[in-house]
Amino acid sequence: MSAVTIIPPAGEAAATTEPKRRWNGLILPAVLILLWEGASQSGLVDDRLLPSLGTVAGRGWSELADGRLAVDIASSLARDVSGFAIGSALGIPVGLALGLSRTLDRFVGPTFNAAKQIAVFAWIPLISVWFGVGEAAKIAFIALAAFTPVVVNTWAGARSVPRTLGEVADVLALSRWQRLTRLEIPSALPSIFVGLQLGLIYSWLATVGAEYFMTIGPGIGGLMTEGREHFHMDLVILGVLLLGGIGLGLNKLAALMETSALRWKRY
Amino acid sequence: MPDQGTLEIRNVFKRFEVAGRTVEALSGIDLSVAPGEFVSVVGASGCGKSTLLRLIVGLDRDYDGEILLDGRRLAGPTLDRAIVFQEHRLFPWLRVEDNVALGLLKSALPAPEKRKLVREHLELVGLSAFAGAYPAQLSGGMSQRVAIARALVNRPDILLLDEPFGALDALTRAYLQAELRRIVRSEGITAVLVTHDVEEAIFLGDRIVVMHPRPGRIAEILPVDAASGQDRASTSFAHLRETVLTGLGAGHPALPGRLAA
Repeated sequence: MSAVTIIPPAGEAAATTEPKRRWNGLILPAVLILLWEGASQSGLVDDRLLPSLGTVAGRGWSELADGRLAVDIASSLARDVSGFAIGSALGIPVGLALGLSRTLDRFVGPTFNAAKQIAVFAWIPLISVWFGVGEAAKIAFIALAAFTPVVVNTWAGARSVPRTLGEVADVLALSRWQRLTRLEIPSALPSIFVGLQLGLIYSWLATVGAEYFMTIGPGIGGLMTEGREHFHMDLVILGVLLLGGIGLGLNKLAALMETSALRWKRY
Repeated sequence: MPDQGTLEIRNVFKRFEVAGRTVEALSGIDLSVAPGEFVSVVGASGCGKSTLLRLIVGLDRDYDGEILLDGRRLAGPTLDRAIVFQEHRLFPWLRVEDNVALGLLKSALPAPEKRKLVREHLELVGLSAFAGAYPAQLSGGMSQRVAIARALVNRPDILLLDEPFGALDALTRAYLQAELRRIVRSEGITAVLVTHDVEEAIFLGDRIVVMHPRPGRIAEILPVDAASGQDRASTSFAHLRETVLTGLGAGHPALPGRLAA
């Protein structure tokens, strides 16, 4: 029976062909670290402005040892995760509703598109007034930062459910709920994941912003503020490295979740 | 009480608005399909044959005239009619067995019974070994067989086929035509096939409806006797093919004025 052929998953072969190339992206960071270390060792720059790698590492170690660093990281992450969870939990249904209802798209769409042009940091004064200056305001701000990209991408995904598959759902007389769960959400899912991934990045940026611009409390932003105020540049650089590292980790995590949720896309 | 699967199309008209002008896609279509009968509809592109199927399946409800199934006027899609499109239209995120099970989502049957039906229909189209595969892992012919299983799994009274093998290579097409004939005969289903492939129409049909375009209308209806439909190499098959091609107006190019409409 000639019709029976199975196409092997495409990803596998591509991933194993050139394993060495995967490390190419690490060359630039390595060079930068060497330049940094060289500059501070040679005395070309003031050690107080650009402390050496060893100083920063030592600072990291002592902060870790007295337990402060763990508290800061945990506070920032908890804030980030709560804000992101609230923002995307609201963003996905709003995006789906906008994408699936022509009426909502027409009446609410333009307003949302106008509102999303407002830079997220411009909301800080308003949020401070509405939610106070404490933890609630920070989380509201982070949630807002995640909400926008999640809505935009979910909306786009829900709007572009293929009409041909919609006709299949019509012919099979699917109920509204069956249509949503079997057709519309799975079809929009790749877009929803793009939104979630962006939302994760935006909310991490907003976490630092909130900690930096709103009241001081435990968190990586607080740690950096303190470093700046006491002119402890090693503390500031430690904060920057932590922000980048954790952001990268969150991004990887999101990509991993996407691959496992969209298994059908690998073929 | 008529038998299950009697389709009656009475004086059906369908008009489209195209760029401010009214185009008559179907004009005075009258056709009766008996239970268990296989009717092939052939015609050139634009003769309204696919539009006719969309009206019968209920995707388009805006027409004049009557379409009756077992004496009842049709209003929108229901599970007593199933359709196979030219493209397989499988849901790429669902495995083969779940795609077939889509046809049973609205059915009131208990879950074990549904699973059994899905299994049986995958067996019917010869794809039991691929129940767990995703559509992207299948060839075009296999995907179309899954689409046929999805259409049949709820045991519809009428199966509608809209150029189902048009996108397949010649070998796969011939194989699937034979498969479809076996399946439809064994299930005793009423079927309406729309195609531009005259041989396919003769091979599968009990009757052939020849349609003409602009406006879309039935030009003639030709019976296929069982013997000549079976054997593509027979002279009676060749004769019938000539008759149908002549009926289609092959060799007589359409007048330029008509094409412009």
